[in-house]
Amino acid sequence: MPGVNIIVWCKQVPDPEAPPAVFKVAGNKMTLPPDVKPVITPYDENALEAALRIKDKVGGKITALSLGNKLIRDVIKKSLAVGADELILLEDDAFEEGDSWSTAYALATAIKKMGEYDLIFCGRQASDWDAGQVGLGIAEILGIPAVSLARKIEVIDGKARIERVIPDGYEAVEVAFPVLITVTSELGDLRYAALKGIMAAAKKQPTLWKPADIQLEPSQVGAAGRHTKLNKLFQPVKEAKCEIIEGETPAEAGENLAARLREAKLL
Amino acid sequence: MAENKGVLVYGELIDGKLAAITTELLGCGRKLADELKEDLFCLLTSDMLGEAPKEAIAFGADKVYVVEDPSLKQYQADCHMQIAEKLVKELSPRAILMGQTSIGRDLAPRLAFRLGVGLATDCLELSIDPETKLLLQTRPVYGGNAQATFTSELMPQVVTVRAKAMSPMERDDSRKGEVIATKVEIDISKVRTKIVETIKEEIAGVKLEDAPVIVTGGRGVGGPEPFKTTLKELADILHGAVGATRPPADNGWVPEAMHIGLTGKIVAPDVYIAVAVSGASQHVAGCSGSKNIIAINKDPEANIFKEAKFGVVGKYEEVLPAFTNKLKELLAG
Repeated sequence: MPGVNIIVWCKQVPDPEAPPAVFKVAGNKMTLPPDVKPVITPYDENALEAALRIKDKVGGKITALSLGNKLIRDVIKKSLAVGADELILLEDDAFEEGDSWSTAYALATAIKKMGEYDLIFCGRQASDWDAGQVGLGIAEILGIPAVSLARKIEVIDGKARIERVIPDGYEAVEVAFPVLITVTSELGDLRYAALKGIMAAAKKQPTLWKPADIQLEPSQVGAAGRHTKLNKLFQPVKEAKCEIIEGETPAEAGENLAARLREAKLL
Repeated sequence: MAENKGVLVYGELIDGKLAAITTELLGCGRKLADELKEDLFCLLTSDMLGEAPKEAIAFGADKVYVVEDPSLKQYQADCHMQIAEKLVKELSPRAILMGQTSIGRDLAPRLAFRLGVGLATDCLELSIDPETKLLLQTRPVYGGNAQATFTSELMPQVVTVRAKAMSPMERDDSRKGEVIATKVEIDISKVRTKIVETIKEEIAGVKLEDAPVIVTGGRGVGGPEPFKTTLKELADILHGAVGATRPPADNGWVPEAMHIGLTGKIVAPDVYIAVAVSGASQHVAGCSGSKNIIAINKDPEANIFKEAKFGVVGKYEEVLPAFTNKLKELLAG
């Protein structure tokens, strides 16, 4: 097949835009009310958009890859609806409670089974654990180069040209395929799915792989494969004591705020 | 395998000087090393190290390993990894502390995976478990909506630490330490990426990280204009800087260099004025170290009021000009 072969990691997470008050820790786990729907983590959506832009320009195939247990089909099939060609789910009870290490190891193993690829895209970090390790970890395990924090990616003659965000600017980096790229939000939001795409996605079935299908030993999967131990998950108690400054009008409240801050010697 | 001992700080330089984050890591590393009764090491790599090794000792290091090479002018993962991997294997430290910086974010996961060990990124607190002697690594998760404490029995224990989360020691130029020039043959053929261009998008005026006062605009300011007019006017009279939450940066209203938050800059000014900022946890992660947060928002339920010391509920278009004018008058008087 002409064009480039792209793999995109699409992790399902609780909606990070849910109001802070609904995030509650119980029994060392994050619990959210049932009306907070899962989503593909926003930076992975940016990564998917990066892949779609390249496919638009030079053609090729996009395979979305997800991992977890009881993944919600409507959520994860969004990848197909926007234009991914294939969806592979590593789905099993055993994948639960993994950390960055066991997740990256399972994904890298699945990618080896998939065989040929030019580009692997991941979001810079996922909105649940915010670790920012899995993408670079996959590259290390596969022994391929990696470029992090991409805001723009172009494909020229079997090479990727990447604008990588650095403090106060960016650098343009060139690297030959295959390469893993982590994507940041400045790349742009994921496009909306067209009705045609949604209908086509509804008819497609994801490929399901269990640990044994990719020759993963039980000791490497999920909780068993962790390199870190979660000792405690907690929410520090915040003492909210905001002094609200009032006034007859918003403008007067503004003036009173200035006076109050001067009085408190803050400004 | 030899027993892992000592704490290693992966140092960074900015403009030829020890970066602030490195002094913070040395401050934290010193405490950990003292508790363990072990040494504090620091690795410094650059094309030109200047006085930085001496500074590292003055800020708490016992032994500073230095690698000076023209190929280290810019950070390149494949280059810097060779040095980090070699030194870590020779030294066998118990723990490696890196900054949650542009370099640390990129290098720490590679190093941890290369060594086959665990990693906790963006730590806010580090301490030693008195029983196991393991490093207790506390970091925010779920966009700052919770925190988690991790441990890892695999050595070395690798962490990155958030800027301004730790305090440096008082600089003491009389401290004794050792600077050890380390020879690493950098194999350029293993560097698979090529930097073809570096573009600086620096913001004129006071740097965000150094500003005593920051005026930040959120999605609610509605567009690029206020960042150049009303917010800037206020920042100027207070000799401060203008910042932004993530949506204005992603929408291109302001350059990314102005983005404050979990994935942007981490700031801790004396006064942080949040204008039309809702206070999403991901933003608060970047400014919660501020001494005083002032919030102006039309929504009385906005999360930012939970973080603020003073606040006004009202449309910022009406509140802010009156606030700025009154302040001008008071400051002149």
